[in-house]
Amino acid sequence: MAHKTDYEDHIGHAPAHHVTSLAVYFGIFFLLMVLTVLTVAAARVNLGVWNTPIAMAIAIAKATAVILWFMHVIHSPRLTWIVVIVSFLWLGVLFVLTFADYLTRHWSMY
Amino acid sequence: MPSNPTYYNLAHPGTTEGEEHAAHEHHHPFLQHHFEDLGQQHAASTLGMWLFLTTEILFFGAFFFGYALYRNMYPEAWRAGAHHQNWVLGTANTIVLIGSSLTMALAVWAAQTNRRKLTTLLLALTLILGTVFLGVKAYEYNEHIHEGFFPGSHYHNVVDSPALRPGVQLFMIFYFGMTGMHAVHMIIGAGLLLYFIRRAWRGDFGEEYYGPIEVMGLYWHFVDIVWIFLFPLLYLIH
Amino acid sequence: MTTTTLDDAPFIEPSATAPRNYINDEYGVLSWLLTKDHKRIALLYLFSVTTLFFVGGFFAFMMRLELLTPEGDLFTSDTYNKFFTLHGIVMIFFFLIPAIPAVLGNFLLPIMLGAKDLAFPKLNLLSWYIYIVGATFGVVVIITGGVDTGWTFYTPFSTQYSNTHVFATTLGAFITGFSSILTGLNFIVTTHRMRAPGLTWFRLPLFVWSMYATSVVIVLATPVLAMTLVLLMIERGLHVGIFDPALGGDPLLYQHLFWFYSHPAVYIMILPGMAVISECVAAFTRKKIFGYKFVAFSSLAIALLGFLVWAHHLFVAGISVYSAMIFSFLTMLVAVPSAVKVFNWTATMYRASVSWQTPMLYVLGFIGLFTIGGVTGLFLAAMGIDVHVHDSYFVVAHFHYIMVGGTVMAYMAGIHYWWPKITGRMYPEWWARLSALLVFVGFNLTFFPQFLVGYVGMPRRYHAYAPEFQVLNVLSTAGATVLAAGYILPMIYLAWSWKFGRRAGPNPWGAVGLEWATSSPPPKENFLETPVVTWDAYDYPAFLKAMRETQNA
Repeated sequence: MAHKTDYEDHIGHAPAHHVTSLAVYFGIFFLLMVLTVLTVAAARVNLGVWNTPIAMAIAIAKATAVILWFMHVIHSPRLTWIVVIVSFLWLGVLFVLTFADYLTRHWSMY
Repeated sequence: MPSNPTYYNLAHPGTTEGEEHAAHEHHHPFLQHHFEDLGQQHAASTLGMWLFLTTEILFFGAFFFGYALYRNMYPEAWRAGAHHQNWVLGTANTIVLIGSSLTMALAVWAAQTNRRKLTTLLLALTLILGTVFLGVKAYEYNEHIHEGFFPGSHYHNVVDSPALRPGVQLFMIFYFGMTGMHAVHMIIGAGLLLYFIRRAWRGDFGEEYYGPIEVMGLYWHFVDIVWIFLFPLLYLIH
Repeated sequence: MTTTTLDDAPFIEPSATAPRNYINDEYGVLSWLLTKDHKRIALLYLFSVTTLFFVGGFFAFMMRLELLTPEGDLFTSDTYNKFFTLHGIVMIFFFLIPAIPAVLGNFLLPIMLGAKDLAFPKLNLLSWYIYIVGATFGVVVIITGGVDTGWTFYTPFSTQYSNTHVFATTLGAFITGFSSILTGLNFIVTTHRMRAPGLTWFRLPLFVWSMYATSVVIVLATPVLAMTLVLLMIERGLHVGIFDPALGGDPLLYQHLFWFYSHPAVYIMILPGMAVISECVAAFTRKKIFGYKFVAFSSLAIALLGFLVWAHHLFVAGISVYSAMIFSFLTMLVAVPSAVKVFNWTATMYRASVSWQTPMLYVLGFIGLFTIGGVTGLFLAAMGIDVHVHDSYFVVAHFHYIMVGGTVMAYMAGIHYWWPKITGRMYPEWWARLSALLVFVGFNLTFFPQFLVGYVGMPRRYHAYAPEFQVLNVLSTAGATVLAAGYILPMIYLAWSWKFGRRAGPNPWGAVGLEWATSSPPPKENFLETPVVTWDAYDYPAFLKAMRETQNA
């Protein structure tokens, strides 16, 4: 065909025939297990103000691994990346702009 | 003049008709009539699922925002509430759910490589692990309700100091609300899995046509991700 | 700029015996209720939203009757509270949000893309059924006693104190949300994945750009409302305090989450209106839209900026002064892309040979009234003025200029413009012009006095008022009567024209666009063969050349 439609530009005519290898799947599973153990261990120790940021950082790392490899985003067209990023960005808008109200309530004007 | 005067023939004169028709000769049984080919159908369905997950991210996100706000307001009560959770069961359930994500991902692989029986088996394993997760969750709910932690008129907290009790009730609203919403998604996912087990056994899927399993996987992994965040936020507050 | 006249359009005499089209392709009630054809689903939506428009209009008219006199003597204050609540809920959730996307968008988007259908036809039908279930909740609530919280369901009144049907109403709104999510999702996927060969992004009609931006807003905003209503239902159902300050909750959390959806929802309502206006301006000036890319990207800019302004509804609710300043500034920014659009439409009309058919009359109405609504929105974005006029009739007039003067005007323009495509028949031009005039005069007579009465201090949502406001209120009610006539008239002549109107032919306006390149009404899968697009949007000479070539082929 002389004229290409959008989906052809990104992934070709047939389904995206990328088959992720078994080693990758098991490797990611192992990583997720390690991070789960790590997050439980970190919560057993008192790290002061750092407990929550560490727990969140580990959770974000786990979620990123699942999104990129289990959900195949790493081999997906650019549009999928945009959709994923925009979703979390908009959630960020909700958090940032609303906390911009709550966290500045006690600031005095004078 | 075209044979039917009320239609314009818009197909470009330069298009070679042979090409067009060759592509249409072997219609896959699951190719829907309004798509040109399976590639387009696959691309449309995965994009559709990702957009659905966008709505899910913002749906759960609003709940997480409420959680963050009240945790910021009542840190003591949140700590007390998390201490009423059984972190061993929570950890076990996390492992079970991540395991189910692995079997789901492997099921997609098995479908892509034309392994019909293995696909069915892996989907069934995913369903079993999901059910185990829900069973453990039900046990935990039962415990909490017996201890009087269910918010509302049945809330009967004798463990915490009176000053903390309203805050712990607020925590419990978020605990039951967020895990409950998550469990509803698990139940819907389990229902979908039953449907796909039947289709996989029937031999619908293979390297040409595995889009529906892929899309099912996206949903299942998303539910897993929600739990990845819920686990430290509800069970592991130091 | 090249201009062409109607005579240049390749006019083909429609055959005496109508060919098979989407309307007469199948017969029977079930063939409609189980259809997966986007055009038939659009018609299902057309009848549903029109019905609910008149339900909502009934409550509006009852309010205007009550406000004829200052005493509040026609209804009790409780009844009046229910009337304004039901008017808001029905008009916003069941008319304005689905109206243009689900009727005109559904009908036209696949045709404009050269596709056979939307990407997910079954989801499209499902979205209509979900809408009907949600609307049924609304109607049952109306019949069994109503609801009195205002359409915003503000807590803690809605959760702890109101003894009306809050739960059923919020459940109805929650369910209807899924209907618009499915429509938006379908539109985005279709625009990305189903475009005809040759139809690149910058060849798309501006209708598609605007509908795409609308869909993005729907997909990103609606789920937050869904969760907010779930939290509200939990609080009301369990008698706990998520938002009730007496029980440790925070009522402003509700308002933040609610407006995170409901302000972008304003753009869900107005962006499709802008979609229609762009098409009509191009068709009736026979020119390319001035600054195509600016108009296209301004839709996306409105969608983006529309998300960053919601807390301007909370200026007097007790949010921090610093965040209020940020939100005030961001709100002003939204005016920029809106003004770009108004400027470009006007520039397109400049020195064009404009034909003043009914859709173009509505377009003129839209541009003027939307500008007034938008500029008064800037007044309200300024915190100092907002403190003065908050919750007054000034606000009521402002958003009605956007919602009725904008969206409903555009909806009427679109219905008339594409009526020949939808039904294959022309509407009677004289009657249609009369109704456009009635709507314009009636609208201004209804709502301009409300700017004045609000500015001098009449608060909204009361059934009685101070006697010195009566003259302006009588004017407003008189205007509402004219407006009602203007809306009822099209019901009669459009229904008449469906059977008795002059046959339209494929392209009665001599307009450009794929929808004018197929027959009226279109065949079941829109085109006999997948079209190949070789022209830019609104490029009259190229489009006409392509038409002639294919005719002679």
